[in-house]
Amino acid sequence: MQIKSAIKNFGLPRFIILLFLIILFAAAPYAGVKVDTSIENVISRFGMFSILVLSMIPMIQSGCGLNFGLPLGLIGGILGGVISIEFGFTGYLGILSAILFAILISLVFGFAYGLLLNRIKGDEMLIATYVGYSFVALMSIFWVVAPFKNPVSVLSYGGSGLRQQIPVADYWMVKETFADGTVGSVGILSNLLSFNITDNLRVPTGMFITFAIVAFFVWAFFKTKLGTSITAVGSNPDYAKASGININRMRLISVMLSTAIAAIGIIVYQQSYGFIQSYNAPLNFTFQTVAAILIGGASINKASILNVIIGTILFQGILTMTPVVINGALSIDVSEVIRLIVTNGMIIYALTRRNKQ
Amino acid sequence: MKKMNNLGRFMVPILFIIICGVGIIIAKPQTAYITGELTRRLVRNSFLVLSLIIPILAGMGINFGIPLGAMAGQIGLIFVTDWGITGAGGLIVAALIGTPIAIALGFFSGKVLNRAKGREMITSMMLSLFIFGIYQLFLLYLYGTIIPYKNRKIILSQGYGIKNALNLDVAKAFDKILSINLNIPVGRQSIQMELPIVTILLIVILCVFIVWFRKTKLGHDMRAVGQDQKVAGNAGMQSDKIRTTSIIISTVLACYGQLIYLQNIGTLNTYAGQDQTALYAAASLLVGGASVTKASIPNALIGTALFHLMFIVMPQAGKALTGDAMMGEYFRTFLSYGVVTVALIMHAYERKRELEQNRLVSRRARQNS
Repeated sequence: MQIKSAIKNFGLPRFIILLFLIILFAAAPYAGVKVDTSIENVISRFGMFSILVLSMIPMIQSGCGLNFGLPLGLIGGILGGVISIEFGFTGYLGILSAILFAILISLVFGFAYGLLLNRIKGDEMLIATYVGYSFVALMSIFWVVAPFKNPVSVLSYGGSGLRQQIPVADYWMVKETFADGTVGSVGILSNLLSFNITDNLRVPTGMFITFAIVAFFVWAFFKTKLGTSITAVGSNPDYAKASGININRMRLISVMLSTAIAAIGIIVYQQSYGFIQSYNAPLNFTFQTVAAILIGGASINKASILNVIIGTILFQGILTMTPVVINGALSIDVSEVIRLIVTNGMIIYALTRRNKQ
Repeated sequence: MKKMNNLGRFMVPILFIIICGVGIIIAKPQTAYITGELTRRLVRNSFLVLSLIIPILAGMGINFGIPLGAMAGQIGLIFVTDWGITGAGGLIVAALIGTPIAIALGFFSGKVLNRAKGREMITSMMLSLFIFGIYQLFLLYLYGTIIPYKNRKIILSQGYGIKNALNLDVAKAFDKILSINLNIPVGRQSIQMELPIVTILLIVILCVFIVWFRKTKLGHDMRAVGQDQKVAGNAGMQSDKIRTTSIIISTVLACYGQLIYLQNIGTLNTYAGQDQTALYAAASLLVGGASVTKASIPNALIGTALFHLMFIVMPQAGKALTGDAMMGEYFRTFLSYGVVTVALIMHAYERKRELEQNRLVSRRARQNS
C-alpha cells in the first residue's frame, strides 16, 4: 500500500522512466558499453541542457505555463553569440560578452513576448508554440540579410548571410590533449576546473558551476518579495489580486526572466557543442526542454530547481543510454523514436492531468 | 461593434489577396502555370482542409491532430504497395485498412482531449507528435521483423523497416479515371487546367456530407456542445461522447484526405511532412476567413486557393526580388506560421474581451435588480 502511494506521489511515468534508466545502466556492461563513458555522456549533457531547463521555472511559477516560446530566448542567445564573435572577443571575454549581449537582447524579446502573453491569458501554451515557430521563420530571413562580416559566421561563397553552423572553436574553446593522445577542442566553461575520475570519465566542473550560479540566482530571486509575489500570481491569482499585486507586471517579469535564462543556457550549450546553430535549429530544443522539467516532477503551474536537476538527469540519461545500449545489444538505433515518444508522451501526460485546485 | 467584427473576419482574406497580388506583379508568372498549378493544389488539399470543420463545430478548435488520420492513411497505402494492389481498387483497399486505424486513433485522441478541456489545440498538436513516434516505431522496427512483407522493394537494405520514400503504384488512380484538360486562350496568355473529375466529385460529396451533417440531430447536438458544454449537459447530452465523435469523424476524413493528397503526388515520404499537414490545413482554413470557433465550406475552399496561390507565387517573387530562391521559401514559411499565430491571438483576445463584457453586463444586471 505504502509503495503504491509512494509511486503515486512520484508519478507513474516518472517511475517508469527511472526504472527504464536503471535497467539501461544495468544492461550496459552486457551490451559492451563502458559505464564510465556513459556516465560522462550523461553528466556533460546535464551541463549542456540544465540551464535551458532551468529557464522554464519563472514562467511556470507565474502561471504562464510551460514555455513553448523557448526559441525566442534561444535566438537572443544566438544573436548575442554572433555579435560577440563579430567583435572578435575570445576566451572568457568572448563568452561573457556574448552572455551580456544575449541577456540584453532577450530582455527586449521577453518584454514584447510578455506583453503579448498578458493579452491572451489561458491560451499561452498554444500561442507561444506558434509565436516560436513564426519568430524562427522570421529570423531565418534576418540571418540571410544580417550585416555580419566576420568570415567565421558568414557563408563563404556569398560573403553574406549567416552559416547554418558557426564554429566557435577559436572563440569559446581551448585546445586540449586527451588521455588517448588525440587533440580536440573543449569549451572553456566545460574545461574550467574539470578533472578526470577515470580515463573516460571527465567532470565538466565549470558547466556545473555555471548552472549552480544561475540556479542560485533563481532560488534567491524566488525568496525575495518580488519572487514570492510572482509565485502567488501563479498559484492563486485571486488571492494575489486581492493583496494588491500587479498581476500583469509579475507575469511580464517572469517571462523576461525565462527568456534571458534561456539565452544564457543556449550559450553554455554552444560552447560545449562547439557550434552556434542558427536558422531552424532553435525549434529542436523546445519540446525536449519542456519534457525534461515535467519528467523531473514539475506540473503546469509548479516547478522547483530539484525538478530541473532530476528531470535533466533522467531525460538526458534515457537519451544517451538508449542508443548505446540498444544499439550495442540489437544493433538497431531507436534513439530518435524513443525521444519522440518520451518527450511528447510526457507533455501530453502533464496537459491531461487535472489541476488539483 | 458587429460591423467591426465582420470587417475583422474578412481582414485576413483581404490581406492575403493583397499579398498574392503584389507577388504576382513582382514575379510576373505565366497564367497557364498559375491556373494549372492552382487547380492541382486545390484538388490535392481541399479534402484535408475540409476535415477540420467538424471539430470546430463541436467547440474543440482546430484539430491539430489530423496527422493521426494522415498516418492511418499512409499505413493503408504502405500495405497496399506491399501487396501490389494497383489502381483505384488499391486506394479503396488502403482506405479500408486506414479507416479502423483512424477510428481507433480518433477515439484515443478524443478521450485524451476530453481530459484536457480548454487546452484541446495544444494537446492535439502534442498528440500528433506522440503518435508520430509510435508510427515510426511500427514502420521502422516492427515492419519486416514482426509484420511479414511480400515486396522486397519497399524494405530498407538492412532487411526490415520501410524505406524513406516510396513510389506509389496507386499514383493518380482516382485522378486518371476521368480527367478533362482545359485550355482557354486569353489574349497572349492562356488558362490551363486539368480537372480530375472523380477526385473533384469526392470533394463535392464531402461538402454535401458536411452540409447534411450539420442538419442531423448529432450535428445540432455538436453545435450545442460547442456553444456551452454545461447547458448541453443539462439538456441531457453526453458532451464528452459527442466531442469524441467529432474528433473520430475528423480523423477518418483526414485519413481519406491524405489518400487523395498522396495519390495525386504519387510518392510517399514515409517519415516526413506529417507535421506540416495540420499546419498547412489550419493556415488554409484561417486564411479563408474562418476562426477557431466558426468555419464554413467557403472558408475552406477560398482559403485553400489563396494560401496555395501564395505558395506558388512567393518563391518566384522572392527570387525576382533578391535573386535568392531560399528567401521566398523562408518568407512562405513565415507567412504560414504567422497566419496561424495571428488568427489564434485574435481569437484569444476576442474571447477574453467577451468574458469581460459578460461580467460587466451581469454586474449591471445585478445592480439594477
